[in-house]
Amino acid sequence: MAIDLEKILRPIDNPLPKFPPKYMTVASGEQMVIRQVEREEIPLILPYVEPLMHVERDFYHIVSARVYAELLGYYTHRVQDEYVLIAQIDGELAAIVNGRTVNGDAGMSYHTLALRRGLRIGAHAFAAKMEYHMDILKQKEVLIVAESPIGFRRWMIEYKLEKRFDIAHELGGVPSWALTKELFENARASLVVGRRPVPEYLLAKAQEAILPPSDPPKPPADLLAATRSLYDSTATALIEQRKRLGGK
Amino acid sequence: MRDVYAVGIGITSFTRLEYPLVEIAAYPGMMAMRDCGLDHIDHLYVANMGAARLNNQTGLASAVVDNLSLTPASADGVENGPASGASAIKQAYMAVASGMHDIVMAIGAEKMREVNNLEATEFVATLSHPLAEYIYGVTLPALAGMFARLYMDKYGVTSRHLAMVAVKNHANAMHNFYAHLHQPITIEGILDSPEASTNNPYIADPLRFFDCCPVSDGAACLILTTADIAKKTGKPMIRVAGIGQATDTHAVHDRKDPTDLLAVREAARQSFAMAKIKPSDVDIAELHDAFTILEIAESEEVGFFPKGKGHIALEEGATQIGGKIPINTSGGLKAKGHPVGATGVGQAHEIVLQLRGDAKDRQVKNAKIGFTCNFGGFGNNVVCLTFIREN
Repeated sequence: MAIDLEKILRPIDNPLPKFPPKYMTVASGEQMVIRQVEREEIPLILPYVEPLMHVERDFYHIVSARVYAELLGYYTHRVQDEYVLIAQIDGELAAIVNGRTVNGDAGMSYHTLALRRGLRIGAHAFAAKMEYHMDILKQKEVLIVAESPIGFRRWMIEYKLEKRFDIAHELGGVPSWALTKELFENARASLVVGRRPVPEYLLAKAQEAILPPSDPPKPPADLLAATRSLYDSTATALIEQRKRLGGK
Repeated sequence: MRDVYAVGIGITSFTRLEYPLVEIAAYPGMMAMRDCGLDHIDHLYVANMGAARLNNQTGLASAVVDNLSLTPASADGVENGPASGASAIKQAYMAVASGMHDIVMAIGAEKMREVNNLEATEFVATLSHPLAEYIYGVTLPALAGMFARLYMDKYGVTSRHLAMVAVKNHANAMHNFYAHLHQPITIEGILDSPEASTNNPYIADPLRFFDCCPVSDGAACLILTTADIAKKTGKPMIRVAGIGQATDTHAVHDRKDPTDLLAVREAARQSFAMAKIKPSDVDIAELHDAFTILEIAESEEVGFFPKGKGHIALEEGATQIGGKIPINTSGGLKAKGHPVGATGVGQAHEIVLQLRGDAKDRQVKNAKIGFTCNFGGFGNNVVCLTFIREN
């Protein structure tokens, strides 16, 4: 009985062509490999996503929570036609991007999660995701939303996305934006980079193990905590109180 | 005139700070008082460029003095564009030197990330000539781009030299906890690799992304006082030995040769003359590298290198830590960040830290004389400071 129910609950994925891995040099001079991961590698990634749910900075908390759920959904067969790409630098997990196909013509971009900030790591991974939809899946457009101002700047502004506000995006039902084939071609020369094939030693290093990010996003250092420590909304009392306490 | 000493220093991270501007400004003030043990301040100068426009905050100095519970100390605001910070230190110096006050705090503070990068760039552009430049859409990156192109044509500076400045300053910032950018970069990654044009796109040709400073929030503070009080604090005696300030035409195109930064030249000359030193005596300098080309140009104008030879000195490693004259050990505006009104105080903070010998992994050995160049407008109002460690 339980097996029959699982058959009902589990969507049957359509066969999707694989993303051919690629690599690139980032601003630090390091080489980053972007490759597709399958279900069996998802449990290796989840422990690196979970801590970011507690980073209240640039919407890392909500993006990480949603990515975690989407990865679990993929792993447990609770999402239809999802794919996951990861970026690795020297084996370390640098970014995760994912999405799904809606139909033959349209894709639904889910998330871009940079586990190392700066150096356009997230932007390179997002470009690879769009490349997958346009060049590999041969789709006509990808529906996109952004949860953070950084995402808005990277996707909506840099790619000059079109509005598809009549379509509710799967992420929260918010109005969608769209990358069309034409917009992608306009952006290809300046935003979409990478070389193939990936040298054997680089790919082998990436596939050998998904290492934890050595410098993951952290909550902002609370350098101004002192002025807030007295529950004083105007923060005028700190020195005054110190005086009252006899300089202690 | 009395001698004046920098006894207390404080700084916030130069990054995006999600606090009200008044708190951002007050925090380094508290740090500076804790640093030197003084809790009485006669007067505050608070430098800021954009509070009224970006943060809907006017009367910042009055707000900060109350936030610090320093009332009834007197307080004034200082607005001199991106040179506001060094101007505030200059005012503080004059207040102590003249005998009007004994202990004066100079704070620089800015909260620019309140708005997006486009609005921040537009805001900074308001310092350009309103009729000859601003109305035609000039921005500071655009002015710097044109300046860089002229400099390249005239002196043989290349994109590689500009990238070398960025790589050096990013490397220095890796050792500065308070720096905005903790990202090591390489020539390969930003100039030579097939992906370089995406990693490092043009912003204002020939300037690329990594040739430009980030938009930062942040604040810094210096407390200046007399020799007697400074001695009692037990802190190293860092004397404000020289101050120079000069101006140039508002519109850049009115200059006879736009590659000559005459205000930098004159302000530095005054500062060195007052301190009774030569440029070659300086052990460490913080120059205003809002754009990489400016570090090269200013290093020549202040007299560290002959005109047109700054990029050669850069090639030879003279401006690195361990070189002849280390420049921008903090990471500079390029990587430490550029909260415009705070920058001049931030530069002085780095120099005092270095002269005290407290700069840890980026410490310049045996640094006794430090120099700052705070570049307002596009070189039309420049303040240079010289600091000398006496003990």
